[in-house]
Amino acid sequence: MIEVRELSKQYGDVTAVDGVTFKAESGQITGFLGPNGAGKTTTMRMLTCFLPPSSGTATVDGFDTAEASLEVRRRIGYLPELPPLYHDMTVESYLDFVAKIKGVPSPQLRSRLDETMEKTAITHVARTVIGQLSKGYKQRVGLAQALVHNPPVLILDEPTVGLDPKQIIEIRETIKSLRGDHTIILSTHILPEVSMTCDKIVIINNGRIVGEGSPESLTAQLREGEVLRAQVVGAKDEVEAMLAGIPGVVDVQREDSGPADAYLVTTAPGQNVRDPLAKAVVDGGFGLRELRSMDMSLEDVFLQLTNEDSAEV
Amino acid sequence: MRNFLAIYTKEMRSYFVSPVAYVIAGVFLFLTGYLFRNILMQFNYYCLQFSQRQQFMQGGMPNLNLNEMVVTQFFAVMDFIWLMVVPMLTMRLFSEEKKSGTIELLMTSPLSTTQILLGKFFAALSLYMTIVALTLVYCLILELYGDPDWGPIWSAYLGYLLLGGTFIGVGILASSLTENQIVAVLLAFGALLLLWLIDWSASFAGPTAAAILTYLSIIQHLQDFQRGVIDTGDVVFYLSLTFFTLFLTSRVLESRRWRR
Repeated sequence: MIEVRELSKQYGDVTAVDGVTFKAESGQITGFLGPNGAGKTTTMRMLTCFLPPSSGTATVDGFDTAEASLEVRRRIGYLPELPPLYHDMTVESYLDFVAKIKGVPSPQLRSRLDETMEKTAITHVARTVIGQLSKGYKQRVGLAQALVHNPPVLILDEPTVGLDPKQIIEIRETIKSLRGDHTIILSTHILPEVSMTCDKIVIINNGRIVGEGSPESLTAQLREGEVLRAQVVGAKDEVEAMLAGIPGVVDVQREDSGPADAYLVTTAPGQNVRDPLAKAVVDGGFGLRELRSMDMSLEDVFLQLTNEDSAEV
Repeated sequence: MRNFLAIYTKEMRSYFVSPVAYVIAGVFLFLTGYLFRNILMQFNYYCLQFSQRQQFMQGGMPNLNLNEMVVTQFFAVMDFIWLMVVPMLTMRLFSEEKKSGTIELLMTSPLSTTQILLGKFFAALSLYMTIVALTLVYCLILELYGDPDWGPIWSAYLGYLLLGGTFIGVGILASSLTENQIVAVLLAFGALLLLWLIDWSASFAGPTAAAILTYLSIIQHLQDFQRGVIDTGDVVFYLSLTFFTLFLTSRVLESRRWRR
């Protein structure tokens, strides 16, 4: 549905996006994950024809953003980071205006407005002036604005930024309910968001893609070995030396932040060290309080990938 | 056409929903009303003096001309007030869209730059002409108590339509260049004032340069209209200047699409 090839954008000497290539399958939600300033917004602006790429191409539904800009713009709904709202208009008149400039035919206008407002749960504020709405409602009006012409492609730039936890859940649910009917690309720097809503994740840092795949495969791909957290009572140096001596253990680190005597034990891939570890602890006369596996969260993956990348630079 | 109308309606609504249209019309009408009253009082005073002198001179005095002494005077001050007011009508047209980010909505919608531009231009022109039309009340007052010649009045109003288009064109261009409304006002005001006074330096320039500078003066061309002369040259001057500023504005807006 959306195909991006070697897309780059330079602002003077600064390269904001550097040879980005990815695909977004139709009906799926693709998450664009990266720290602030990674190039997410610039990439989205190029996809929506707001900015021209310095090099490379992007196609939406087979139409090139540079050559068939009008066709692309007919097919996308775009929610920029700052929702493009006219604060002196009422919700309904604003959506009516957007529907008209997006080319919704007059006979369908009324039903599109009603349907969109219902989907985004803003029907009861239809006659309220946008400037008087809360942040959460403004965001919903922004989402409604992107949806009003029922576009096949939705591009949402940080749709949950600045909302309270309840509002975030509501917006996420709304976005999830759109899966299947629309191809969605959303950007965020919040990890749980992508793992909860997206079918596919593209991790971007310093303008380059540093990881791509489903949430599960990304985590698996980066899991080099298991990390065990062992809580052992005993003299710290002795315990550390004992743990490091167990075959299959790659690294032992004392957990500083934890409450007491916890060690993070990294194992070599494919090795089971739990049983030898338990035995060694007991044999050494220490007390084993807890032993559990630390699953590598998407957060770790993200940090690892973005750190590796900046280390290269 | 539908896109143009959508933009036009949105802009008109925005003028009239906010206090902008009312404040501008109010201030403008108050100022022009005050000046009109003074011009009228002055004319009254002249009339009084004239009738006294006519008693001493036997019929040798010309008649006082209402058009020349009141209408033309009044139009001359109205030009100047518009010079200051039009930049305020146009300042927000693009700079506000840039500042609030709504420009992203417009530029990523299936609209052409021309549709956006013309919608905004004609909205500003409509508001301007509405306020200009309200000043017809002053001419009606003259009609009530005197006998003005309506020919030059109508041609002057045609001149105002053309002048307004040019002023608004310059204002929109200034607004498209910045996201700061104060900068937009100042740019437009500076450009218009320069075009107004440009013929001043004609007295110190060579014959060719003087002719060009005089031709460029945005107000010279209006004086023909106020005298009741509709010269094609003047019409072409205003229309081409309007078209030129709108063309530049569309280039400014489009540059976002081709500037790599």
